[in-house]
Amino acid sequence: MHEMSIAEGIIQVLEEQATEQSYQKVKTVWLEIGPLAMIETEALSFCFEAVTRDTLAERATLHIINTTGEAFCMQCLKNVPISQRYDSCPECGSHQLQVVAGDEMRIKELEVE
Amino acid sequence: MCTVCGCSEGNVRIEGELSHSHEHHSHDHHTHSHDHDVIDEQGDNLHFGKGPAHAHVAGMSQSRMVQIEQDILVKNDRYAAINRARFEAQSLFVLNLVSSPGSGKTTLLTETINRIKSERKVAVIEGDQQTANDADRIRETGVPAIQVNTGKGCHLDAHMVGHAMDKFTDLEGGILFIENVGNLVCPAAFDLGEAHKVAILSVTEGEDKPLKYPDMFHAAELMILNKVDLLPHLSFDVEKCIEFARQVNPEIKVIQLSATSGEGMSEWIEWLDQNRKGMIQNRIDQLAAEMNKFKALI
Repeated sequence: MHEMSIAEGIIQVLEEQATEQSYQKVKTVWLEIGPLAMIETEALSFCFEAVTRDTLAERATLHIINTTGEAFCMQCLKNVPISQRYDSCPECGSHQLQVVAGDEMRIKELEVE
Repeated sequence: MCTVCGCSEGNVRIEGELSHSHEHHSHDHHTHSHDHDVIDEQGDNLHFGKGPAHAHVAGMSQSRMVQIEQDILVKNDRYAAINRARFEAQSLFVLNLVSSPGSGKTTLLTETINRIKSERKVAVIEGDQQTANDADRIRETGVPAIQVNTGKGCHLDAHMVGHAMDKFTDLEGGILFIENVGNLVCPAAFDLGEAHKVAILSVTEGEDKPLKYPDMFHAAELMILNKVDLLPHLSFDVEKCIEFARQVNPEIKVIQLSATSGEGMSEWIEWLDQNRKGMIQNRIDQLAAEMNKFKALI
């Protein structure tokens, strides 16, 4: 549900950057989204199309780069891959995990003119 | 809805807000124009207005690539940081209460307030899509409450909370409860500047909720298992529920209580007190360290 807010947030960043980096139109947006970022990428793409209407990013293409999740296992004392918050350590089965990557949600790159 | 000010399709209102215009707070951070009233007053309620963000395409030139690496929630987080600094300056202990609708948040709050209001300043920000019913229930206890209606929005954001804060006077050393919109999904992503998120789960819900909505339970410091007086009539497995919660958040504290029967309430009040003191102690330590640093420079 909050994908709409997130899409609005993207537009704001694009507009702010438009002044800083002096561009008038955004053609492509590359987003980096982790599996733990609480984002439904399909919903976000849908919202993105809706909120970009009449903005500098109208008809822009959205590319989503899915990053991987990683957590520090307190039993194994090393980083292990995870894809859900409730995953256990793939090596020892422990749930004593501290998420270290995978909750990011950021704009990586833009194609502008 | 815009994560910054609730403009666009969101139809947010904060009670008691007097201004119709958008000029009472700084919007220099906005690069999109607001050709609409963003905040609308209805009696004692305040609506954040609607209308899409407009920006216009001017000239065309060669396309190029721009690396920006910017966090999308950066604006909300910026407002949250401002709120947090404001809370700290007042030694105000702020909790963000999150749960599904119907978990008993408001009853828990009124019962809590009745137990602590004689010794502590208490205030409440109530988030709901519509109605001021919850704020009215809180006001019956005699403490100030501001209702924020998010309109179509599914969560409170830090900017809305900042506005609501302007309505309170003198909360120094007190406790502010922010009752978020009943939703176990979206509020997890939006920092409001609180000291802690507290997830409330009632035993009439499924014990696997922490697994179904892991982000929320991951973000919470404390899980309150509410309505435990009903346990004899239900097949809810408390141990299993706690185990599930610890799977998503090994650090989570759990308090079992019933706001109706009063069972477990003292443990919760104690938690509030300890953590409020802890927050102030941290602040004292921080300031002392800073003072020592400056003393060394004389």
